[in-house]
Amino acid sequence: MSDKITKAGRHVSQDEGLIFEKSSPGKRGMELPPLDVPPADAAKALGAGYVRAGVEGFPEVSEIEVVRHFTRISTWNYAIDYGMYPLGSCTMKYNPRVNEFVARLEGIADEHPYQPVDLSQGCLRILKTLEDILKEVTGMDAVTLQPAAGAQGELTGLLLIRAYLESQGNPRKKVLIPDSAHGTNPATAVIAGYAVENVKSDANGGIDMARLAEIVNADVAALMITNPNTLGIFERNIGEIAKILHAKGALLYMDGANMNALAGIARPGDFGVDVMHLNLHKTFSTPHGGGGPGAGPVAMKKILGPFMPTPVVIEKEGKLAYDYNRPKSIGRVKAFYGNFGVLVRALAYALAYGPGMRQASEDAVLNANYIRKKLEDVYELPYKLPCMHEVVFSDSRQKKNGVSTMDIAKRLIDYGFHPYTTAFPLIVHGALMIEPTESESKEECDQFIAAMRSIAEESATNPELVKTAPHTTRVGRLDEVTAARKPILRWKP
Amino acid sequence: MYPTNCRYTKEHEWIKMDGATGTVGITEYAQHELGDVVFVELPKIGAKISTGQPFGTVESVKAVSEIYAPVSGEVIETNAALGDAPEKINQDPHGAAWLIKIKLSNPSEVNSLMDAAAYQAYIAEKQKETSA
Repeated sequence: MSDKITKAGRHVSQDEGLIFEKSSPGKRGMELPPLDVPPADAAKALGAGYVRAGVEGFPEVSEIEVVRHFTRISTWNYAIDYGMYPLGSCTMKYNPRVNEFVARLEGIADEHPYQPVDLSQGCLRILKTLEDILKEVTGMDAVTLQPAAGAQGELTGLLLIRAYLESQGNPRKKVLIPDSAHGTNPATAVIAGYAVENVKSDANGGIDMARLAEIVNADVAALMITNPNTLGIFERNIGEIAKILHAKGALLYMDGANMNALAGIARPGDFGVDVMHLNLHKTFSTPHGGGGPGAGPVAMKKILGPFMPTPVVIEKEGKLAYDYNRPKSIGRVKAFYGNFGVLVRALAYALAYGPGMRQASEDAVLNANYIRKKLEDVYELPYKLPCMHEVVFSDSRQKKNGVSTMDIAKRLIDYGFHPYTTAFPLIVHGALMIEPTESESKEECDQFIAAMRSIAEESATNPELVKTAPHTTRVGRLDEVTAARKPILRWKP
Repeated sequence: MYPTNCRYTKEHEWIKMDGATGTVGITEYAQHELGDVVFVELPKIGAKISTGQPFGTVESVKAVSEIYAPVSGEVIETNAALGDAPEKINQDPHGAAWLIKIKLSNPSEVNSLMDAAAYQAYIAEKQKETSA
């Protein structure tokens, strides 16, 4: 084990089976008091076909067994609350505790979506205020908060484009997608009924403008661009790109996944974007993955407004209400009004930071560039331009000793960090995609840099150590291939 | 190393002709780049496919990739064995792991594809690019 590993490891590493294996008949977490009203006959009230004797296959365990089980397995996990989580493209920033405080306030946490509008004015105000803030940050005219995640936001955005173009007489056939785009973009375009055409990047990682001008024609519905792109590079020609598309009646969709580099600095609405989504679980610090859940609001220009999902929150004489009467709407995309609890957290973040959001973006960019400069002599940097919020290296130097980006990522676990994103974006062979976010101090960045430099050294002097990592975890490398080829998806007694 | 009785595409598919029908698969280079293949999705028999358009997908632990039609035509047979054993693509991409058989709508289309020597030169150039 290297003496250069300075970060604290986790102490609890017990073996823990499945909760089903702890079950024994009759055990329970709670005893109900004896019934003090006359019992109702469920079979009579509901019909015999709807009554069952019990729930089969549920574990019977005591309360402390449940608590210990989940606490133990939680120690096998890694979280932003343990340390830096440089998973590129995912913006794993700190989720401020004030967000949780606000989301748990009585009157917010206990609201019910079926409450009458008169009794929901506070919650409607939360939605309206967040919409207004997102409009201001993106430079757009309207926002829908319904989509439950980034990918659903993308689909909503493309359905808006399709509805708009249909209203002009022709939905068109193709969506253009640069090779540096997010992987979800092509899937979105196909689900929205469009054929996908790839646009190659130029040597600087931007869009090849000559090629773009050639392929934009009356069949093109839209270009889906991620800006900054997945190389962490800002597309400098974005204004020109918008002009080329608009001249041919096509629209510009921006994947806002990387908005953490721009919030408070540049507004997509000002540089020609017609519609975009935001990932509140990235840029606006709401919990990420594993039950987050996500939120992917869509911001749009006026021309798309009539088509946005219903209901839309409107204000009349100081009173808020839901407007369902929008004949051109693409309809609902999510039950109720989106993931409300997440929207509350995003609003708490936006109000707590206010204009300070600009500094968050600047610090995110500064941290990524600091890491870039401190590692570019030991890891290959395929695109040399200054980066925005994330930096992408390649494993080509380490590959000479048989060490791949995956090996380096696994070794990083031993050093107490979550791995960066491996093998993406696809246009960089053996990519190491690192996004520190603004949450990390210089000290934490320095520790990460020291770990990465140490692994680069190990890759040259002791490649086996890196290729067999991790060495400090309960289990080492899992057999991903068999898990994917022959998945066992169900526990059987 | 690439069979000389086949033609190749820039997207790393091969096609072997037998009269007006062709057998299509992905190349050794493609399987190596993909890594362990875990799932293959192929078109239905009778489906029409057209040159340069995707007709199926290969999923590896790294990524999901589309497979592009080297020529236009109608699918007359698919390799059902790959459903249970996608790993065959890694083991024998130019043999047992063929993907589909096509009845070509224009058999002369094949002549515009690369031969083995040209394909070999093409991937040698690609490997130089990525290691640069």
